[in-house]
Amino acid sequence: MPERVATLSPIRLSVNGREYQLELDHRTTLLDALRENLDLTGSKKGCDHGQCGACTVMLDGRRANACLIFAVAAQTHDITTIEGVGAAGNLHPLQQAFIDHDGLQCGYCTPGQICSAVAMLAEVEAGWPSAVTPDVAAGPVDLDESETRERMSGNLCRCGAYVNIVAAIQDVVG
Amino acid sequence: MSDIATTHATKGTIGENASRPDGGPKVRGEFAFSGDLWADGMLWGRTLRSPHPAARIIAIDIAAALRIPGVHAVVTAADLPASVNYGLEWRDQPVFATDVVRYVGEPVAAVAADHPEAARQACEAIDVQYEPQVPLLDPAEAAAAPPIHPDGNVFRQLTIRTGDPSARGPIVVEGAYEVGMQDQAFMGPEAGLAIPADDGGIDLIVSTQWLHNDRLQVAECLGLAPEKVRLSLGGVGGAFGAREDVSLQIHACLLAQRTARPIKIVYSREESFLGHVHRHPARIWMRHSAEADGRLVSFEARILLDGGAYRSSSYHVVANATCFSAGPYKVENALAEGIGVRTNNPPCGAMRGFGAVQVCFAHEAQMDKLAEACGVDPVEIRLRNALATGDRLLTGQVIEGTLPVARVIREAAALPLPPSPEIADPMTRPGGAGRTADAAHVRRGIGFAVGFKNLMYAEGYMDGSAARCRLSDGLATVTCAAAEVGQGFVTLAQQIARTVLGVEDVLLAPADTSIGSAGSSSASRQTWMSGGAVEKACQAVRAALLQHVADRHGIDPAQLTITDGRVTSTDARDSIDLAVADAAPGVVFEEEVEYHHRITHPLDDDGQGDAHVSLVCAAHRAVVDVDPDLGLIRVVQVATAQDVGRALNPLQVLGQIEGGIAQGLGLATMEELTLRNGRILNPSFTDYLIPTALDMPEVLATLVEEPEPGAPFGAKGVGEPPTISSTPAIVAALRAATGKALNRVPVRPQDIALGDGE
Ligand code: FES
Ligand code: FES
Repeated sequence: MPERVATLSPIRLSVNGREYQLELDHRTTLLDALRENLDLTGSKKGCDHGQCGACTVMLDGRRANACLIFAVAAQTHDITTIEGVGAAGNLHPLQQAFIDHDGLQCGYCTPGQICSAVAMLAEVEAGWPSAVTPDVAAGPVDLDESETRERMSGNLCRCGAYVNIVAAIQDVVG
Repeated sequence: MSDIATTHATKGTIGENASRPDGGPKVRGEFAFSGDLWADGMLWGRTLRSPHPAARIIAIDIAAALRIPGVHAVVTAADLPASVNYGLEWRDQPVFATDVVRYVGEPVAAVAADHPEAARQACEAIDVQYEPQVPLLDPAEAAAAPPIHPDGNVFRQLTIRTGDPSARGPIVVEGAYEVGMQDQAFMGPEAGLAIPADDGGIDLIVSTQWLHNDRLQVAECLGLAPEKVRLSLGGVGGAFGAREDVSLQIHACLLAQRTARPIKIVYSREESFLGHVHRHPARIWMRHSAEADGRLVSFEARILLDGGAYRSSSYHVVANATCFSAGPYKVENALAEGIGVRTNNPPCGAMRGFGAVQVCFAHEAQMDKLAEACGVDPVEIRLRNALATGDRLLTGQVIEGTLPVARVIREAAALPLPPSPEIADPMTRPGGAGRTADAAHVRRGIGFAVGFKNLMYAEGYMDGSAARCRLSDGLATVTCAAAEVGQGFVTLAQQIARTVLGVEDVLLAPADTSIGSAGSSSASRQTWMSGGAVEKACQAVRAALLQHVADRHGIDPAQLTITDGRVTSTDARDSIDLAVADAAPGVVFEEEVEYHHRITHPLDDDGQGDAHVSLVCAAHRAVVDVDPDLGLIRVVQVATAQDVGRALNPLQVLGQIEGGIAQGLGLATMEELTLRNGRILNPSFTDYLIPTALDMPEVLATLVEEPEPGAPFGAKGVGEPPTISSTPAIVAALRAATGKALNRVPVRPQDIALGDGE
């Protein structure tokens, strides 16, 4: 058993607009820090290996797998988790659309899907092309169904709620 | 059919697209899944598993593990106070291996430590001396091989014989088929929190499909009375059959008992792949004979299912595979032999479709061969043989309920086809964006398949569900131990209560063992069984409320009814018109009931008997685009018509259909646990591929509503049919596009690019 004490560092995390001071093992992932230390369990651990997207959060508005980032490396970013996307009575339009379109069954992938979709819409807004964008120089991206599927393909849903997830996102795009 | 009128002003009643009550918490990230639980002073549990498919255990030394700082306990089989075996239907599986291990991943010991990392290191420090044995890995050899377990190597052998199996029509088609090992791969890994209680008992919060069965197995192994083991449902991140067997339940409770501390266990993704049962891999041979016009004369099948090291639900998977082996078709002369065997491969058990999936892949390939041999259209040949109410199953049972096979076939075939590949978006060609160079390479195929299975358990099993309803000033509270696993039972429970009681506010008490068993969330049974229990409990409360109002007004309760949330009299002279909320101020009505379906019977020596409660069917038509040179596939569209009895929540029914198709597509084109020497080579989402949003085709669905007599509200379970015939429909489409035999699923790119032609 290595000396756990020797690997602890004080770190600061800014999550959902709140500042946290923590003492963490260097090897703690952002996902574990959120879930185990900050009691923000909305971000899920479906694989812990960057394969499923259940842990998707936003760093300065850009989506990232929290299981692939060390907490120490997240100190310089503004982190947004599902708990910061919307609250009861003040849901983000995507959260409402997931409810309206039944874009979930078990709901385990849902926080990751929603965080991913929030950041994805910002990517589209900023004009970032994807692998299926027909003409990358053509200006604003038309977020049609195939663009949506491509851009959401990093978030697995074993319940297979994809049809309704895509419909929910399309609904918000209008 | 229920006698309750359903044209209510009350929102969210039966037949409407009511929203999930857990939808809000789930989209906000507030819903507590079992992996999110935490208790003061809790320790982390972890399991040490066998690296060998077959080995003798010479010695286990835990001393080094116990010396690791932060480690509180290490337990092995020697620490079990009572029963050392568990099992869903038959207790043949050791909680921890004792003298032998029988599969890679079998639990050998468990540890509790103050940090997951300390627990991991402790597992590594446990010194187990194994003497590897030659594993039994080929299921075809299992029956004749020396037994690898005291209960022998055959879980069940079932022969169904009817009519004259030697009868022959002029057209004969024959084939051998294989189904690989599919995994349920739910997104929320196994997790639970066991808390030792002051009375010497244990409270366990866990994600499971069947609280009460888990409780019984935990109690037996811990030597506790069942009442001392209290389970409640932790949020379940999908199940699909894999949570029907106990995984960490006994380990966590034993460690909690041992340490007197709460124990949390969460499986990693890899451990999840090792720690639950899979879909049985199958080898199937079938021979059909028919008249020249395609009408079936005889059917023969031999079905071999690899059950892996322990029995789980293999006994009943064999029954389903054999009973439904001919598909939803009339055939008077048949011999179907099913066998499920024990090997040193990972244990297999329940997965959505439960035995019907494997045989459907085979019988639908056969029906296509027959269509070709007879020169009849694949849809037409199925219509000519379609089972209907009044016909007999292979088991001799006369179909008494609804089974609109011909109708689902016609409705699915009638749905519109997608645009041709030439005009489709080039980014949606096979293989994903940019992989297939040009449309000229793409070949399109269309395939059709039909499947069926039973609802609920069979062969005389006394199935039941308990529910309680409480009504007080217009607020209803429903209690039922049915496990919500994502299927939406909680939504239905509310809809049923609203419909029967005319109230809008329905609270759902937590699912736990404080009430009687609701049975398992499996076999597409909860809508019927626990839906039936909730309806019955609510009806009892409704009757009590109406009696109360009648007594107060001195009238006959038979004159009273609840419509649009108001208690009114059918006799206008009574002038009674009360909101349900005001009908009995301060009075609490509470009723608890048990619901049972009609009795079924075991199968006899010829596999004959009235064994099934109810049947359900669906048809799927798949359209695929294939790049035959690269072996790349795109499933463009799946059109389906499904026998639903009655759609209690059409939006949720569609969700089940789409999700089931996604899993059927997975089995058809990508999902397989690959084994080498009994070891799973791909226990991760990098290597075990499941469909993404990109793989999901357009889905067109028609819900065929023919209410099932005897079923609450006429509704049938809807979860399984989409996974049964979607796989063979997709593979039929691949055959049509490529001309390849494709007798094995999943179909891999090399099977298309390099595989044999037909
Ligand atoms: S948990 Fe991070 S990607 Fe799966
Ligand atoms: S809703 Fe269950 S995994 Fe997506």
